[in-house]
Amino acid sequence: MAGASTTAVAQEFETVIGLECHVELSTTTKMFCGCRNEFGAPPNTNVCPVCLGHPGSLPVPNERAIEYIVRIGLALGCDIAPRSLFHRKNYFYPDMPKNFQISQYDLPVCVGGHLDVEVDEHVRRIGITRVHMEEDTGKTTHAGVTGRIGQAEYALVDYNRAGVPLVEVVSEPDIRSPEEARAYLTELRAILEALGVSDVRMEEGSLRCDANVSVRPAGSHELGVKVEIKNLNSIRSLERALSHERDRQVELLRAGGRPVQETRHFDEETGTTHPLRSKEEAFDYRYFPEPDLPPLELDPAWIEAIRATLPELPAARRDRLRREHGLRPEQASIVGSDARAAEYFERAVALGAPGPAVARWMTQDLAAYLNRTGEGWEELAKRFSPEALADLLRRSEEGELSSTGAKAAFELVVETGRPLGEVIEERGLRQVSDTSQLEAWVDEVIAENPRLVEQFRGGKEGVLNALVGQVMKRSAGSANPQAVSELLRSRLAEP
Amino acid sequence: MSGDELCDLTATELRSRLVEGEISPSEIVESCLHRIEVLDGQVRAFLTPTPDLARERARAVAELARAGTSPVAGIPIALKDVLTTRGIRTTCGSRILETYVPPYDCTAWARLSAGGSILLGKTNCDEFAMGSSNENSAFGPVHNPWNLDTVPGGSSGGSAAAVAAGEAVWALGTDTGGSVRQPAALCGVVGLKPTYGLISRYGLIAFASSLDTVGTFTRSVRDAAMLLSVLGGRDPMDATSLDQPARDYTASLSGEVRGLRVGVVREALGEGVEPGVRSGVRSAIDRLEGLGATVGEVSLPHADYALSAYYLIAPSECSSNLARYDGVRYGLRVPGEDSMQMMMRTRGAGFGPEVKRRIMLGTYALSAGYYEAYYGQAQKVRTLIIRDYERAFASFDVLVSPTSPTTAFRIGERTDDPLAMYLSDVFTIPANLAGVPAISIPCGLDEKGLPVGLQLTAPVLGEELLLRVADALEHELAFDAVPGLVRG
Repeated sequence: MAGASTTAVAQEFETVIGLECHVELSTTTKMFCGCRNEFGAPPNTNVCPVCLGHPGSLPVPNERAIEYIVRIGLALGCDIAPRSLFHRKNYFYPDMPKNFQISQYDLPVCVGGHLDVEVDEHVRRIGITRVHMEEDTGKTTHAGVTGRIGQAEYALVDYNRAGVPLVEVVSEPDIRSPEEARAYLTELRAILEALGVSDVRMEEGSLRCDANVSVRPAGSHELGVKVEIKNLNSIRSLERALSHERDRQVELLRAGGRPVQETRHFDEETGTTHPLRSKEEAFDYRYFPEPDLPPLELDPAWIEAIRATLPELPAARRDRLRREHGLRPEQASIVGSDARAAEYFERAVALGAPGPAVARWMTQDLAAYLNRTGEGWEELAKRFSPEALADLLRRSEEGELSSTGAKAAFELVVETGRPLGEVIEERGLRQVSDTSQLEAWVDEVIAENPRLVEQFRGGKEGVLNALVGQVMKRSAGSANPQAVSELLRSRLAEP
Repeated sequence: MSGDELCDLTATELRSRLVEGEISPSEIVESCLHRIEVLDGQVRAFLTPTPDLARERARAVAELARAGTSPVAGIPIALKDVLTTRGIRTTCGSRILETYVPPYDCTAWARLSAGGSILLGKTNCDEFAMGSSNENSAFGPVHNPWNLDTVPGGSSGGSAAAVAAGEAVWALGTDTGGSVRQPAALCGVVGLKPTYGLISRYGLIAFASSLDTVGTFTRSVRDAAMLLSVLGGRDPMDATSLDQPARDYTASLSGEVRGLRVGVVREALGEGVEPGVRSGVRSAIDRLEGLGATVGEVSLPHADYALSAYYLIAPSECSSNLARYDGVRYGLRVPGEDSMQMMMRTRGAGFGPEVKRRIMLGTYALSAGYYEAYYGQAQKVRTLIIRDYERAFASFDVLVSPTSPTTAFRIGERTDDPLAMYLSDVFTIPANLAGVPAISIPCGLDEKGLPVGLQLTAPVLGEELLLRVADALEHELAFDAVPGLVRG
């Protein structure tokens, strides 16, 4: 549905999207205190006077977090401000220990970068307005029969997350379709992963995204009324929510109406958005400079030292994979966008496996397996290592395994956890090219299928495949089909 | 009581007797506890006395005190109840923290404690340090030992009164707009507000973060220098603490002021200053000149705007700093239908009228559309005042003025007129806005027999010079009056 309406909508209306992404940094400790920064610890165990907002406690910035945001800024092509300021964002909420959040306002650490995204082989540059540093809040669980806020009997607050370093990446309203939004978030996630600054797990909330979306008549340069969408818990949700919201706004406009400026909540189950609060209810955050923190002054030499240690980023890696290993664009995109996939690829190739074959396997059989199991490349590497893949490809190349045999061997290895060599031996997957064994099977098949033999000799070339199939079946897949085919031809040519 | 019991002596003298082995920390503690027992029913300086802890501690630090390695060992102290003490209730003079027991020590007390200091208890103060008379405490006012019908000043009124009455040898307070110097002046003791950032604010329960300073109440300038030697220096827990090593401030007390240039702040000896205060300060300035200092007049042209700027900046920061008192994690909780209502009811019941007034002022000043006109403008004034001081210190080494325009006023006299109350701090506020150090020393009594305070101000990190001048003047003035209450 989304795909079909995209084209129709694109002709009449233009969709304008900007994304605000929150990234929890994977530092050892929290942003302003020494508490551990870890996901999944028992509630309220990683807390101290500072992150609980006890009277008299004071924040002290985490230098590693500052290093991480500088890495992010540099990777996104931002200018790194030599002097930036922390501000307080004031609002009351039970999971905010101080009832203000330390954030940044008019002087963020990073300004003015960009991110190139590719949709349908078409590259577009999305502007990055700013990247700023802040702290996360605690987590509230509304307890009660339904779990809905309004009907909760009481609320439980876990402050383990309070004070976790959080980076907000704000894009320009340069995104023009839900597909581009998906590509943007996918690419941002890949970059953050390559930088090693975050776990980027949307399901755990270490990467979160809000979208601002409006539509306007195609060709117009004025922005339409902006709607903010929250509760986008996966890349798929982002794309679904945006498609729905775009269609909703287009329908409104077509009917002569106008969207209202508001915040809407995405409902994962129905795939629709519904209003959360209107502009009139918007908070006045009363931002002012955080008096407990001096201005953040960064030494240009330190920034350059960080720049020098930036790893290869996904876009560069994809280019290199295409160039050096002859990967096709879609292969390079799958292999190159994921740091762990790329590592898997490089390890297999380093062991002598041909790049295109590794890429083919990774984007087909291995990708299918990951899809099926929900595992990641890291887990896969434990079950079926790059060494195993290289070994498997070598055996195929040398004729020891047929393509069917190779697939079967892979499935058996991931299923049983046994080494490749053992599995091949035990299950007799070795491709048989030994002529005497093949001759015996071929003779048996010829003897048992006189009708097929007659048809072939009568000029029906096609039945050869059926005969080959019979031999393969007899060999339990281990025969080399090429050799079988040749042997059959020569035997049948005999009088 | 005669006014010369152990609890009436300076820390300097007690220290030398401790080192000589003439007395023990326990004797000093018993002397203070006895004084508290006799007088505090009238003075009401303490909110939470800790006599048992003090006695136990006195025994534990006896050897350390005898060794004389730490200037604070064995000498009992009182702490204003806005400084956190692990395991000891810390209320800020507020209902909202009436039952709050901090899980950690403020850095100031942690350093004193490590040096062998003995805590006598937590002293009364204006709620969240907001006030100039101590009448804003949720737990009742403190009475000035010089005249029980008058206020001790504020907000650190309990600490000032305790030292004046001999209930503590010395005490810590906090100074955001004059809250150490003004009560020191009204109670006839020495009150030091160091450079902003010299003493860590970690564990100082914030009123206005960019102005809050830990300060000291002592019976002599030398005592203040001793205390500061232990309290000062960089603290990694406070990002605004200055990168200064701890140092011995008594080393600079040479008694020598010859050739120093003393600037008399013109604006501070004009209208609105009581004649008794004016003449007291005037004659002290003459004595300073007699010691060989060069005296001239200096102007702080923007000081007139300091009070207005202060009453925008301080409430703005306070509106945010006090947002955390919501009943969710600690302190008072008044139940409600939902969490938002619970927070509102808790704050409604927990805060007193002056705190609410300032939260509302600050919330307004920071609101969208008003920020530039109020908070932004006030910050510009603050910059102008910093420049005023820079200009003044280009010509003078220290500045002198009265600490407060009046001596102690009667309890209840100004409670209905917040603006009149705010004027108590008109001479002390500029130093907080500029972050410069200042000290109040007693310079005589007015016609009512109430102490007059003189304020000296030095440039940023000019503590050594400030203390040198104050010490020299103190010796010259030889102020030795004692409250009638203490003379018995």
